[in-house]
Amino acid sequence: MAGALSVIDGGFATTVQDAGRRGYRSLGVPLSGALDSVWLGCANSLAGNPPDRPALEMRYTGASLEATRGSVCVGWAGDADVRVVRADGKEQSISGWRSVVLDQGDIFEVGSIRGGVAYLAVSGGIALLPQLGSCSTYARAGIGGIEGRSLRRGDVLPVGDTSATRRGDLMHARGFEHAGGNIRVILGPQEDYFTAAALIDFRSSEYRVTRDLDRMGIRLSGQPLTHQPDKGADIVSDGVTPGAIQVPADGQPILLLADCQTVGGYPKIATVIQADLPRLAHLMPGQAVRFSAVTRQEAWLALRAQRDALSAWISELVACGPAGGVDEAALYNSNLISGMIDAEAA
Amino acid sequence: MKPSAAYAAPRLLPLGDAAWTVEFGASIDMTLHARVMGLAGALEELRSSPDLLGVSEWVPSFRSLTVHFDPLLTDADALGATLFRLSGGEVRTLGKGRRWLIPVCFGGDAGPDLDDMATTVGLSAAEVIACIAATVFRVYLLGFMPGFPYMGGLTPELSLPRLATPRKVVPERSLAVTGTMCAIYPWESPGGWRLLGRTPVRLFDPGAQASPALFGPGDEAMWLPIDADTFLRMDEQAARGDLAWEQFQLAADASWPAR
Repeated sequence: MAGALSVIDGGFATTVQDAGRRGYRSLGVPLSGALDSVWLGCANSLAGNPPDRPALEMRYTGASLEATRGSVCVGWAGDADVRVVRADGKEQSISGWRSVVLDQGDIFEVGSIRGGVAYLAVSGGIALLPQLGSCSTYARAGIGGIEGRSLRRGDVLPVGDTSATRRGDLMHARGFEHAGGNIRVILGPQEDYFTAAALIDFRSSEYRVTRDLDRMGIRLSGQPLTHQPDKGADIVSDGVTPGAIQVPADGQPILLLADCQTVGGYPKIATVIQADLPRLAHLMPGQAVRFSAVTRQEAWLALRAQRDALSAWISELVACGPAGGVDEAALYNSNLISGMIDAEAA
Repeated sequence: MKPSAAYAAPRLLPLGDAAWTVEFGASIDMTLHARVMGLAGALEELRSSPDLLGVSEWVPSFRSLTVHFDPLLTDADALGATLFRLSGGEVRTLGKGRRWLIPVCFGGDAGPDLDDMATTVGLSAAEVIACIAATVFRVYLLGFMPGFPYMGGLTPELSLPRLATPRKVVPERSLAVTGTMCAIYPWESPGGWRLLGRTPVRLFDPGAQASPALFGPGDEAMWLPIDADTFLRMDEQAARGDLAWEQFQLAADASWPAR
């Protein structure tokens, strides 16, 4: 039987996203897709789905959703205040990354999201027709998702096959943690547009995330990066991609994200490696970032390692009781943590 | 005559770890564009070949082609060698595309830069409109945003640089020029091109049968001046989905309207 989730509150900017829209960039259509494709994979795995199925990407303040037709199992990946309000009025707060079965009339409420982004997947998938090969929402042109926009109160998300809701809940003792440290980049393609001093500044100084950020990009602020005087800050537009770091005439870098344009006219000093793209989703205004240049070989090794880490994480999912029952999550957590402490002490 | 804008050999540049950009030169030049399209054509012929395993798409610009791939599937260095080899192949000038006669309301609120542009080039606004309405523009590529056509053909007499301070908001479907290029912004966006008018015609429809974009590379267009009332009427029609693209396409045997 097909179920449905109804939107009680859309939150700050909740959109349907999957792995992105490939094959249409030559028509000017951006890639889009989840800003953190790894966490998208975590949420989908908790819901029993393949990792790249369409799910809800929530930002800053989450959405509230009610199961309005049948039972619906949701997978949650994120660090936020989450609670389930059951149809009979009982409230349960949800800790950690897990799946939850919502019976008809139950409400899943997401409050403030720490780290800026979180994902909610639905067992059986959100049953929307792909547009141009993807369900990812690209709001500027109204493509994908629900009418090509963020969710709002009253929207209804049709849910596909809900048979998985009968298999019981899954959980993981810890959220998936991304690598820390400097954001890794590959220099270019227009590093020759910058002075030697700018190339050093870029890799040695700190840049701050400004308030000017959305799914298209993040404006950074810091030591201005000077262009070669004979080359300037304009190029004949060429291809850009999420992760590319454009530097306009004012010397302040712009970090491009999933909804970025397909071609751009500013020189790109460097491009963030694929393995570090998910980290960009979590940058908050005021936060400091530093960049390190790596080789392409190092970038591919990092991506392979990340893919393996996600597979390992998924293999560690364990069955658990229903949310609000015996708190197996807490038991499991405390066991694991004390186990780790013991191991370190040894 | 200026020397060829093409580099002696194309440059293979990494755009991160999941894309190559093959750069043929650094300017807007039709000989460069023909080489870009030559490489795109060669890739199209190889689309299902093992040489392109993991390649998801390629994106032409005026002077370069960016090839996106999955680094966990693709041997990037081997792909780079393939691209370098193919880039020395046949050039391909744009084929003849469709021809369009697109209604545009010039000046006023629809074209806030028209009067200033006329003053700068020493013509009246009416003369600028007449000149632009007598020009056949050619679509070279789509990019920047869905359906945005980069078109060439504006007379050098009307060539002006971008605005010193870009607008934060360009209204959707604004007709804009910069240098000898012309475009219509299909969607509201920031932008630094000079705005001369607006069309009621929607340029991108994800549900369209053939291609979601009205224009394709190689297409030609002329602008048919309409007044503000006609614009409003057609805009309402378009909002209802009643403004079919076909009515603006010129029949194969028809000639351009005389100006």
